[in-house]
Amino acid sequence: MFNSDTWQEIFHSIRRHKLRTILTALGVFWGIFMLVILLGAGRGLQNGVEYEFRDEAINTVWVSRGTTSLPFNGLPKGRRIRFTNDDYNLLADQFDQIEYLTGRYYLSGDKIVSYGRKNLSYSIRAVHPDCRFIENTMLQQGRYLNSKDIAECRKAAVIGDIVRKDLFGDGPAIGQEIRIGDISYQVVGTFTDEGGDNEMRMIYIPISTAQKVYAGADDVHQLMFATYDMPLEEIQAMQDEVRNAFARRHQFDPEDRKALYVFGTAEDHQKFNSLFASIRAFVWFVGMGSILSGVIGVSNIMLIIVKDRTREIGIRKALGATPVSIVSMILQEAVLITSLAGYLGLVAGIGALYLLESVSVQYFRNPQANLGMVLTAMLVLVAAGTLAGLWPARQAARINPIEAMRGS
Amino acid sequence: MIQLRNIRKTYQTGYNRLEVLKGIDLEIEAGAFASIMGSSGSGKSTLLNIIGMLDDYDHGDYHLDGTLIKGLSQADAAHYRNRFIGFVFQSFNLLPFKTAQENVALPLYYQKIDRLKRQKMAMEYLDMVGLADWASHLPTQLSGGQQQRVAIARALITQPKVILADEPTGALDTHTSYEVMELFKKVNQEGITVLIVTHEKDISDMTRRIIRLRDGLIENPAEGGVAVQPSV
Repeated sequence: MFNSDTWQEIFHSIRRHKLRTILTALGVFWGIFMLVILLGAGRGLQNGVEYEFRDEAINTVWVSRGTTSLPFNGLPKGRRIRFTNDDYNLLADQFDQIEYLTGRYYLSGDKIVSYGRKNLSYSIRAVHPDCRFIENTMLQQGRYLNSKDIAECRKAAVIGDIVRKDLFGDGPAIGQEIRIGDISYQVVGTFTDEGGDNEMRMIYIPISTAQKVYAGADDVHQLMFATYDMPLEEIQAMQDEVRNAFARRHQFDPEDRKALYVFGTAEDHQKFNSLFASIRAFVWFVGMGSILSGVIGVSNIMLIIVKDRTREIGIRKALGATPVSIVSMILQEAVLITSLAGYLGLVAGIGALYLLESVSVQYFRNPQANLGMVLTAMLVLVAAGTLAGLWPARQAARINPIEAMRGS
Repeated sequence: MIQLRNIRKTYQTGYNRLEVLKGIDLEIEAGAFASIMGSSGSGKSTLLNIIGMLDDYDHGDYHLDGTLIKGLSQADAAHYRNRFIGFVFQSFNLLPFKTAQENVALPLYYQKIDRLKRQKMAMEYLDMVGLADWASHLPTQLSGGQQQRVAIARALITQPKVILADEPTGALDTHTSYEVMELFKKVNQEGITVLIVTHEKDISDMTRRIIRLRDGLIENPAEGGVAVQPSV
């Protein structure tokens, strides 16, 4: 059945029936092409979003101050909640699940930073040493802030790479004295950050120093921590515990959502994950649709092909073709055309994904199609074409040659 | 060569039973040049289908070259058709997408003869019908007479024992018809049995024996074995 003569006969038939061949091929080609694009685009979207969030630890939780909106224990609403070092200690002492913890003190507005005759303006963050891990700060030279800096309120600064270039150019940065506002600091380290240029225009100083120099108290503006790896439910339960502990300490109603803001990135991740799940479901739905329409198209064209070939079948039968040879001739042709078209669709789809890859758009990166899935789809289409051709081909092989040759 | 004994064939169409052949007894000896005549509905096409193993019969016996042809599977029937019988049709029935040479070679494809040999043999037979120069033409580029000669070459290439021709001149003008009949005569002289179904008297007059069919029966069983002298 699979000798070269049979194939030559089939190639001959394909060459002489270009329109028929193209129509059959087009359905399969388009189905596979669209499927590859869809799967690739879905994947690219997911990769893109993951890329955008890569500079933050996954299990980060922010705790921010608010204003009470409900009266509590005889206290009126509208009280502003203030954090101090005691709140930092509360988290550090009572929550073992916390891996990294930092307080933050924001200096009001950008500060003028000067070195030599250069005066430039940057954002300053006063933090604890753990901030390095929460922000995924990557040290370039020197060191990050350490506990001694905190304990001794040292005037140490870790500067972003852009700050370094602005102030020192190619010269050495470590050990140099810079002025932030009126206060002199020594540069102890430089860093880069994948989060973008804004992150690298940042200067980190010890929070204790900032409290002493700029606040004259032990105020903390915000607390951030990262938990050990644990499931979202546990993180959420822990966030509730944090809220309750702060409610007890600051005397507000735990249900008062405006008194304290506890916000976790894990929740965001969960949201993105469920968004991806819906995108995947959508991609599947549309992909199945395009496969289904391919199946219907191929089946349809097979019916037409067999009808079109009725006379030819009659002639071949009169000349000695057996029903088996007729059926296998039609089916082998169908399998050949559909697999070839499917393969071309696959190649074209992957080519199109390459083109998409070079387009740089936010939230879209590195589109890839799952090859196994595409090959399965191809197999389904080829099988559908074969099955759709089988029944009419058998019918046609059974008819009387005289009838077949006269009708038309 | 062909022996038919009490062949009966009935078609069932809806509620009607139509008995097309009502007991045909016929013997055609090897090397005969015969024609079957009859008006439409006389059963001549059905008879040709049965002889050509394209259709089965309900009752009786049919021997072809001493072999009983009865209740064959489709595959066996295809095999016998390919080996024993060459068909020629009114509408030529060449495959339109194949050249004259490829059309002639097609029956050999079903005998699993290799391609080069097929093409060589096809050239020989095309030469025999005088169309060697037209080998690479498609059927649409040939005249009706030429197409029928290609069809005859195709019927002959398997060296069949019997040529069955169904109204072979029905689509041709008189002059071409006579040329085609000359070709059949030449084929017959090489010892091949030729059986032509026609309703044209001048065509049947060129054969050596005329079998007349009316209402599913042979009209002239008396002269069943008597040869009629050709008029040409």
